[in-house]
Amino acid sequence: MNKLSLIIKREYLAKVRNKSFVIMTFLSPILMVGMIVLVAYLTKVNDSQKRIIAVFNESDYFSNDFNTTERTSYIFFKDLSLQAAKDSTLSLGFSGLLHIPNHSDLEEVAQSSYFYSKEAPNSSVLDPLEYIFEERLRQRKLIDIGVSTEEFTTINDRFEINIATFTGEQNLKGINEMKAFVGGGFGYLIMMFIIIYGGFVMRSVIEEKTSRIIEVIISSVKPFQLMLGKIIGTSLAGITQFTIWIISASLLLFVVFLVFGIDLTGLSDQSGTSPNPMNSISPLPPAPDTMQLYAIEFLEIPWFMLISLFLVYFILGYLIYSSIYAAIGAAVDNETDTQQFIFPIILPLMLAIYVGFFSVFSNPNGPIAVAFSLFPLTSPIVMLMRLPGGIGEGGVPLWQVILSIICLIVTFIAIVWLAAKIYRVGILMYGKKPTYKELYRWLKY
Amino acid sequence: MNNILVASNVTKKFGNQFALNNVSLAIPKNSICGLLGPNGAGKTTLLRIINQITYPDSGEVMFDGEPLQPHHIALIGYLPEERGLYKSMKVGEQALYLAQLKGLSKSDAKQKLKYWFDKLEIGDWWNRKIQELSKGMAQKIQFIVTVLHEPKLLIFDEPFSGFDPINANIIKDEIINLKEKGASIIFATHRMESVEELCEYIALLHNAEKILDGRLEDIKKLYKNNMFRVGLELENGENFLDLISDKFDISHSHHDMNRKQLDFTVQLPTDDTRSFLTFLSSKSVINNFVETIPTVNDIFIQTVQRKNDHE
Repeated sequence: MNKLSLIIKREYLAKVRNKSFVIMTFLSPILMVGMIVLVAYLTKVNDSQKRIIAVFNESDYFSNDFNTTERTSYIFFKDLSLQAAKDSTLSLGFSGLLHIPNHSDLEEVAQSSYFYSKEAPNSSVLDPLEYIFEERLRQRKLIDIGVSTEEFTTINDRFEINIATFTGEQNLKGINEMKAFVGGGFGYLIMMFIIIYGGFVMRSVIEEKTSRIIEVIISSVKPFQLMLGKIIGTSLAGITQFTIWIISASLLLFVVFLVFGIDLTGLSDQSGTSPNPMNSISPLPPAPDTMQLYAIEFLEIPWFMLISLFLVYFILGYLIYSSIYAAIGAAVDNETDTQQFIFPIILPLMLAIYVGFFSVFSNPNGPIAVAFSLFPLTSPIVMLMRLPGGIGEGGVPLWQVILSIICLIVTFIAIVWLAAKIYRVGILMYGKKPTYKELYRWLKY
Repeated sequence: MNNILVASNVTKKFGNQFALNNVSLAIPKNSICGLLGPNGAGKTTLLRIINQITYPDSGEVMFDGEPLQPHHIALIGYLPEERGLYKSMKVGEQALYLAQLKGLSKSDAKQKLKYWFDKLEIGDWWNRKIQELSKGMAQKIQFIVTVLHEPKLLIFDEPFSGFDPINANIIKDEIINLKEKGASIIFATHRMESVEELCEYIALLHNAEKILDGRLEDIKKLYKNNMFRVGLELENGENFLDLISDKFDISHSHHDMNRKQLDFTVQLPTDDTRSFLTFLSSKSVINNFVETIPTVNDIFIQTVQRKNDHE
């Protein structure tokens, strides 16, 4: 045990004293916050650019329909020839010219209207214009059937269905996505950690091989001790780095927020739905403000359970993957040879993230989500995406959590055992890049 | 108990290939023993088994009378053939780390390191990184960390590769010193002539098998075959050479007319040295008469040939 702690200490110090590690630790938060500020700034600039559209309306319709909005202003031309209108639009540098010719029939007017612009307009220009025409045409048709204008406005009310669980709690739309997003954050953290620090473990093993110190060390300690010490030491360095990142990035963001007053909330509010005010009559007790409901739901995510299971999945998942990384490092002589072995490990990680975002978000208890949250190489990520929904009723069934952890532990033992064998043989092999077949043979040495 | 290490019937296979085939070996206490053989003979595998880096498929190794156990690691110092140090770590820190892994306490290790650093005059390297040192300098550090914990058994695999002749001599002297202080030493090398003068015992490995072992002196006696290098001073050397060529097996002859010098190598029948000498002294002045003792290399080649003839 004493030797293990010596190794852990050395690996940790070797990592945190490394110049590039130190630079990355302090530069990354600055870069990250810089990116966020830049994106926020660009979004704002993009939003503030206003479009001006000239409207040359010769008909009797649409007189009050073109209202200037935040994004678009309308300028009205009158008593011009079409050619003159086109010319002045161009010379004034407007985004485009909407020509509505005169005709008694609305259909005919709509059909023969044209939008002129320098370049083909995108949908954000056309959609509002088309919407105005559609609305006017629909209104006309309804009036033809015998619906009054007042009645028409009530017809058009938007509607959202109320959702509730069987026990009567009111549910919120999009809350599943939001919860999966929280879990996804944890899963993503695990993946990043594995890829970054697994790679560190691998490079550290390769360094010991190329510097030929490995045999000196394993004449004093067992190869397994060295491998374990390396993995633990590197992960402690990783945790140090992540902690510094999170703390300094939050501090920086806070400072940026105070100094520049940039509204960053718009960025974080991407969980999907922007709830409309619910003005319909509800059979349930009157709902408090929706945002507040979301906040309550958010607080009701079982954080304690989530974080404890995050630790379980994180530790097991990281140990599994980093021991594979260590075995790869032991099997090769230099980093360029690692590619063919690394791809198969990255694959399940990527798969977990994609499956998570495409399948688990929309349906946390669907068959694909269940399968991937049981499969040990993907479960640390996928299960964490499902867990914010809670365990038990309405969430992940308890047996699935237990089964997935058992699978993970069994895999952990098997993989670490195999990796340690490959490691033990590989560290003393120099010269050529082994094939998978040779790796298999090593297991029997 | 006169042996520090006894290996009995050690066999190790990699796949279908034997790395060691039924090798038995004893290393006497407080001696220097050469483990000799060409590349691939199994030397390094045997050393790794002694260091518990790998384990034999069958057979047994006893260390100082006990079956080899993990705690014996602290009693063995091993300088592997493939050796190196952490490049970006400071010399002192690294030496301390390796010493602590061998079980020394930090203060103990520091004190011993100071002694060795002073002895080899490298005290001012403590805070330098390995990558700033030359290869020979790094080898000195490597030597120190091998012997620092005062092991009972020292194992050097190709110890002099990487050293210039001056430093190689310093290290050679230190090794002899360590032996005089009571350590037992194993030298493994494929350059057999390099350790001949140091070794009291040798063991020859060839194709995973031990083909010969024992006290070097005894082996040499066994292998010498009454060959003598003779230098004579006489008139008319050519005729004399013709005369003795009829009776004896003569080779490598050389006659210098001007200096009246005749040199040759002769193979004598056993126990006939005295009469041959008498005969020579009656005919000429003997400048030299030396028995040619086979080198370990010669012995090795002879043994391998003899073995191949048997098969």
